[in-house]
Amino acid sequence: MIVDRLNAVARRVPTWAVYVAYALPAPVLVYMGATGGLGVEPIKALERELGEIALQLLVIGLCITPLRRYLGMNLLKFRRAFGLLAFFYVTLHLLVWLVLDVQIPAQIWADIVKRPYVTIGMAAFVLMIPLALTSTNRAVRRLGSGWRRLHKLTYVVAVLGAVHFIWLTKGFQIEPLAYLGVILGLLALRLRPARGNHAA
Amino acid sequence: MAHRWTNDLTDRDVTPEDVYLTRRQWLAGAAAGAALAGIGGPAAASGLEPNTWDEITSYNNYYEFGTGKDDPAMYAGGLTTAPWSVTIDGLVERPGAYAFEDILKKMTVEERIYRFRCVEAWSMVVPWNGFELADLLDMAGVKPGARYVAFETVLRPDEMPGTRFPVLDWPYVEGLRLDEAMHPLTILATGIYGRDIPNQNGAPLRLVVPWKYGFKSIKSVVRITLTDSEPPTSWNKANPREYGFYSNVNPEVDHPRWSQATERRIGGGLFSKRIETQMFNGYGKDVAALYDGMDLTKFF
Repeated sequence: MIVDRLNAVARRVPTWAVYVAYALPAPVLVYMGATGGLGVEPIKALERELGEIALQLLVIGLCITPLRRYLGMNLLKFRRAFGLLAFFYVTLHLLVWLVLDVQIPAQIWADIVKRPYVTIGMAAFVLMIPLALTSTNRAVRRLGSGWRRLHKLTYVVAVLGAVHFIWLTKGFQIEPLAYLGVILGLLALRLRPARGNHAA
Repeated sequence: MAHRWTNDLTDRDVTPEDVYLTRRQWLAGAAAGAALAGIGGPAAASGLEPNTWDEITSYNNYYEFGTGKDDPAMYAGGLTTAPWSVTIDGLVERPGAYAFEDILKKMTVEERIYRFRCVEAWSMVVPWNGFELADLLDMAGVKPGARYVAFETVLRPDEMPGTRFPVLDWPYVEGLRLDEAMHPLTILATGIYGRDIPNQNGAPLRLVVPWKYGFKSIKSVVRITLTDSEPPTSWNKANPREYGFYSNVNPEVDHPRWSQATERRIGGGLFSKRIETQMFNGYGKDVAALYDGMDLTKFF
């Protein structure tokens, strides 16, 4: 079975490999931005790339439960890595926006308060903070069943992220809508009651 | 009617040539050829150092070729720009399809170094070559009842991959009030840096209205219609709350989703500082009178 083989591969891949592979684009993008590889307006390009990687990582994180439930693929051990990497990229995205893009402190606050897409993006970032802080094994043990409930905030974060993307786009564009569609689809897969048991 | 506007030269007398003639402008002057020698002078005098050819031709909004900034440079090469004709109709004495070459024979092409301010809060300085729209309209003969000018971009789905998606209601249309259209600053550009205008910048001829946001400066024009009422414009149709008919550059009237108080000049790299946006993009002295008595927060 292909699923068994994939599970066997996944068992052998250490989680640090996921951290390294997915952290790598960040310095590469900054280097490209500084050396002309991102075009003549590197600030917006960098901001957008970082934001999109964060959104992709959130989507990957949301895939893990359905993959296990419907296909029997077990990637659970990577879920924390994808979540923390998403937080890492959202933080970088925010920093580029603050420091390189808007620059002016008064303008930053005005944007957060006045511009709904910025407000939504900030809300998503703020909601990710407790998730990142409670990502340790100790926090999981200490919070017990509360941990699962708390981390359902990921669903909210992903939807807010996609809406943020749609809202900042000019005209009718497919890509941000596709993200929202995929995210809502992945959330819908969780609505159906799981058949059988959770044995993996 | 040509040569009704020139760059302000007043600072030139007090700025030593070796100070204002940077290498970049030397290159610019060289590219523009002998006819345009001395391009750096007036440009530097009014604080306008033109962006490079690469910057101007690699970072474009031309949604008919895709919504990415590099899509036009990648895909616009497939657009056939010769033969080309512009249909001038509506309230004109001599309506008809005017061949591009015939238009060029009658027009006086001059260099205009303009600031270009996108509604997305980035800007460039572009050394256009073009002729005054007023001259073309005079050629067709504007009838007394005309009050507005409508423009239309070519629509060729086979050559324009972006039009497969309903990003906007194609074809792209724009409009000006007749006095705006007849203003000496308003040109139809046919070149940049003395070279033919590249497809991604709106070949073979595109409008340039330097005191308005860039999207008013419609590209690859195939139709110009004189009308007695305000024509529909693409972005206004798509989102009337965000994009008005006038769309004059105005740092005091924000786009609902972002501030228009500042802008980023393309070419400054990763640590480029924002600069303040000027009222009417710095052309207030020339155009503010067009809007006397109008509430610019209402007619944005």
